[in-house]
Amino acid sequence: MLPAGQVRRPEKELALRARYRKERFMMILVGLGTGLAFLVLFLVIAYALAQGAGALNLDFFLKDMRPPGETGGGLRQAIVGTLIVDGLGLLIALPFGLAAGILLAEYPDHPVNPFLRLLSDTLNGMPAILFGLLAFVLLVKPMGGFSGLSGSFALGFLMIPILARSTEGVLSLVPKEIREAGLALGLPRWRVILSLVLPTARAGLITGVLLAFARAAGEAAPLLFTAFGSPLLELNPLKPMDTLPLRLFAFAISPYDDWHRQAWAAGLVLFGLITLTSLLARWASRRI
Amino acid sequence: MKRLYTHFGDRAFAGTLLLLALGVAVLAVLMAFELYQGGSLALSRFGLWGFALGSQWDPVIQKSFGAWPYILGTVLVSLSALLLSFFPALATAIFAAEYAPRWLAQIINFLLDLMAAVPSVVYGLWGIFVLAPWIRDQVQLPLYLWAAEKAPWLLPLLGNPTGYGLMTAILILASMIIPFTAALARDAIALVPREHREAAYALGATRWEVMRMAILPLARGGIIAGAFLALARAIGETMAVTMVIGNSHKLPYTLFGGAATMPSVIANEFTEAVEDLHLSALIAVGFLLFWVSMAVNFIAAYLLRRQERLVKGVM
Repeated sequence: MLPAGQVRRPEKELALRARYRKERFMMILVGLGTGLAFLVLFLVIAYALAQGAGALNLDFFLKDMRPPGETGGGLRQAIVGTLIVDGLGLLIALPFGLAAGILLAEYPDHPVNPFLRLLSDTLNGMPAILFGLLAFVLLVKPMGGFSGLSGSFALGFLMIPILARSTEGVLSLVPKEIREAGLALGLPRWRVILSLVLPTARAGLITGVLLAFARAAGEAAPLLFTAFGSPLLELNPLKPMDTLPLRLFAFAISPYDDWHRQAWAAGLVLFGLITLTSLLARWASRRI
Repeated sequence: MKRLYTHFGDRAFAGTLLLLALGVAVLAVLMAFELYQGGSLALSRFGLWGFALGSQWDPVIQKSFGAWPYILGTVLVSLSALLLSFFPALATAIFAAEYAPRWLAQIINFLLDLMAAVPSVVYGLWGIFVLAPWIRDQVQLPLYLWAAEKAPWLLPLLGNPTGYGLMTAILILASMIIPFTAALARDAIALVPREHREAAYALGATRWEVMRMAILPLARGGIIAGAFLALARAIGETMAVTMVIGNSHKLPYTLFGGAATMPSVIANEFTEAVEDLHLSALIAVGFLLFWVSMAVNFIAAYLLRRQERLVKGVM
């Protein structure tokens, strides 16, 4: 009889080889899955560049849109409208979102916190269109018509839970020693938060604000029946206002080729605006 | 005296914070209440269950409203999208967290952020002009021609070869929700303590064996939470779905046919709803959507919290 090791060796080797084969197979599978995940993203960006770049010229930024069938013109009214509606929304959301975030991070034992955190998490995942419905019922109906302001409220509602969570996350990164140093010097807690904690976290706070802005800038659904859209430049927030996502949607389902081209261009500009804001946010979190 | 004053300052500050922070709670309550109020006309006319389970949506002639086709459409689209996206998303997370070198992992993380940041309307635009025509010409028409010749009984199942329908919506939606599952799964994998991997490697396990036996079991909770979060996104996704799903009032009975989801019917009909009952029915659909999203998000938040505790406990 042979010693056991000599008999078993080929078997062991075979088993090892099978394990290596499986390792290689899984690696290929994981690589394929990763490629598959980004397939549509690449296709979307490639098509947007191919179709939209041609329609991007100075007119696109400096002129309002033209009536159906006529070529030329631009989307100045939508670009300006996006900035106004989104900016006002941010102003509406800031005090509530920041306060909720500060409460969650700086008063960890506050009795409302578990409740508050759960609600912000849940609202964070709420469909954007529901914030639009809420703004419609609260503002559009009583005011008797669509307005940029009601769109701002819809986007503001949407941004509140995002700001709350990002503020909490950033403040929890501030070292405990900073608060302890302030308290040891005899500063009251509110002064510690306002003069020490918030300035320390400034970069992160700005990042959170910019990301909330970028997120809201791409939304069309809550604006369909609040800001509604307008073919001409409108600076009065009590009137219906255009935004890029809204105009893109209207152009995409229109039958005109020129509008389709401009829809792709609008997609590129919107995408550029959002990417720029996100890059700015990344830069802010590192630099300031 | 001074001490009392600072005490007062603290109380005033905390009070102000609380007042503002309760805005979050007010927002949630207001949303539930106002959507109920806005939809009450339709809800009282048909009853909650009658409205949710009624399958006729006819704003013009019968003026009867049932949300069942949209509920079914939402369930079909979002669950299929989740199923379809789960494998690529998990693969991306595993690749980024374990297999890729640092620089590549950073690129993948950047791409995931980018994918989540592309506006819904842009995906919809691509769906209208690229995916829908492709599906029409490469999938539906050949199938249709083949069935017309060989199996005419199949024809009703193939619908009109327009390219717009459930299938197109599912494909786009699956791609859109990948970043949510992937990012959370990646974080969950990254949170698994180093000692766990090292122990498994020390026993001679291959990289995949370490993944399967030491990492995935611990990260499972976070991965499932990510899937629920992605599901919540899929349920509420509006513009891209509205643009490609075909917006049909009928019950969806085939993958190729047109359908609608709860958000898409609101987006599609809201500005056309001139009658009070129609408007109220659409808001009532929003009310149902609110509770569905609430439930799914609640589960996601609960799972995430449990996962955080679990990982902390292990470390």
